[in-house]
Amino acid sequence: MTPTTEKVARPTKTAPPAAETSGPPRKVRVWQRLTPWLFLAAPLALLITFTYAPVANMVAYSLTDWDGVSPELHYTGVGNYADIFTRAELFQVFLVSGYYLAASVVQIGLALYFATVLSFNVRFRNFFKGVLFFPYLINGVAIGLVFLYFFQDGGTLDSVLGLFGYEPDHAWLGTPASANISLAGVSVWRYTGLNFVLFLGAIQSVPGELYEAAELDGANRWHQFRHLIAPSIKPVLSLTVILSVSGSLSVFEIPYIMTGGATGTETFVIQTVKLAFQFNKTGLASAAAVVLLLIILAVTWVQRRLVPDDKVEPV
Amino acid sequence: MTRRTVARTLVYLSLIGAAAVVLLPLGVVFLISLKSSKEMANDGGALSLPDDLLNLGNYMTAFQDGRMLSAFANTAVILLVAIAGTVLIGSMTAYAIDRFTFRFRKLVVALFLVAALVPGVTTQVATFQIVNSFGMFDSLWAPIVLYMGTDIVSIYIFLQFVRSIPVSLDESARLDGANAFTIYRKIIFPLLRPAIATVVIVKGITVYNDFYIPFLYMPSEDLGVISTSLFRFKGPFSAHWEVISAGAVLVIVPTLVVFLFLQRYIYNGFMRGATK
Repeated sequence: MTPTTEKVARPTKTAPPAAETSGPPRKVRVWQRLTPWLFLAAPLALLITFTYAPVANMVAYSLTDWDGVSPELHYTGVGNYADIFTRAELFQVFLVSGYYLAASVVQIGLALYFATVLSFNVRFRNFFKGVLFFPYLINGVAIGLVFLYFFQDGGTLDSVLGLFGYEPDHAWLGTPASANISLAGVSVWRYTGLNFVLFLGAIQSVPGELYEAAELDGANRWHQFRHLIAPSIKPVLSLTVILSVSGSLSVFEIPYIMTGGATGTETFVIQTVKLAFQFNKTGLASAAAVVLLLIILAVTWVQRRLVPDDKVEPV
Repeated sequence: MTRRTVARTLVYLSLIGAAAVVLLPLGVVFLISLKSSKEMANDGGALSLPDDLLNLGNYMTAFQDGRMLSAFANTAVILLVAIAGTVLIGSMTAYAIDRFTFRFRKLVVALFLVAALVPGVTTQVATFQIVNSFGMFDSLWAPIVLYMGTDIVSIYIFLQFVRSIPVSLDESARLDGANAFTIYRKIIFPLLRPAIATVVIVKGITVYNDFYIPFLYMPSEDLGVISTSLFRFKGPFSAHWEVISAGAVLVIVPTLVVFLFLQRYIYNGFMRGATK
């Protein structure tokens, strides 16, 4: 660093130093032009190495039959992509996402309901808010184990149902449909809190006087929801919808920890991880990952087109 | 009036119901963690109270046989380095983007923006090869570098804060002879304290809870973090729910303590993090 030459650069008056026409000597100008890049060098290097290079490599791998280890690989064109869409056992994982997608509808509904209720004056409001949000902060493995016991034969769920005189005779994680519904339920348990807090924050950003004015005008709770709350949460709601769609497609932790993908609970990401790291099918796994990436980008794009709202857009 | 009372009652019932649904699975696991293996075998039912409320034997087993101590140590190292790195990288990027005009600035901003859309789970197949080629596979460096290098959300949070710092502060410092690095270090960085707090909390909880990255990149048992070490409980303790439960409670308690003390910051942080 050359602090002495920097001192000469004093006459820079414009805030973000715009193109300087005359003034500082050449050496200082070069130094100034370099400054932002010195700050950006490390972040950009990391960004390119760990985000863009992988994406580019992934697209390249997806067109080959590489196994991830051997130096040998063959170009196979779009063969891997054809496999994903034609081999039923590979395509089936998309259907599992359907359970999680349905669950996220329930989740958003619950979150909206509790956010609305708790935005009004309720006793023990902070307690309920904290209880609803806390699951979102818990470690995923701990949640998986907690619910493994919850759904076990004679576990928490069976015992509670027993209190009401109901004795279920099947294992909750025993059949594909029941297992997927149970796992999707865990996902609702885990993520409702985040949606709820986001909605609550949006609702509370509406100034309190507006509610008072509405009440004076004789608006009931439903009117208040319809005309005050609904518009205020629109941007957050649309954000939540993309997060839910991309979240449902990239479910991994809960099913992997609880069932390991057995009994028809394998999700797209579990399958990709298994293909890549257990069966050494890097090419096929890359193609699967590219497909997932494209779907998520498409969903985001559609959402941005449908709800052109800059409130969620930062830059 | 009566309709209103009925509505209120229903609202409270739904809230109490939700609280029960959240707390019951956790409470039962806590009770189990205090039971002895004999009590578990006698099967008093999932909802029964343990005989001895101070039976900490399972916690000892979890700590010793489950290697939870080294797991906490590994997690602590990763947390410390990754968070420090994230704060430094995020604040530097935000400072450069907001306070300078330079060629390709738009392109740089776009690179960071688009990267936010790429979900990390999808690219691990190829990221793995890169991490491996650097020789970082199966070392603490893999998660540290990945947490540091792929966190776009923190950059947004810093960017918003840097914008709110008046440029006149930079200018007067420059008049006093400060260069860009001094301005960053002496003026911007200290004023970013609220943003740093947000990033530390959000990032801290995310890193503490992450399973995917340590699971993929650190298979050796010595490098277990709390997620992966707890996951390994499934094997040796598979029939011993009392030990598994103790492990889960050990992992949850720090989160609970942090949440109780920093509630307000946590709500704000996650709100800012999610809506960027």
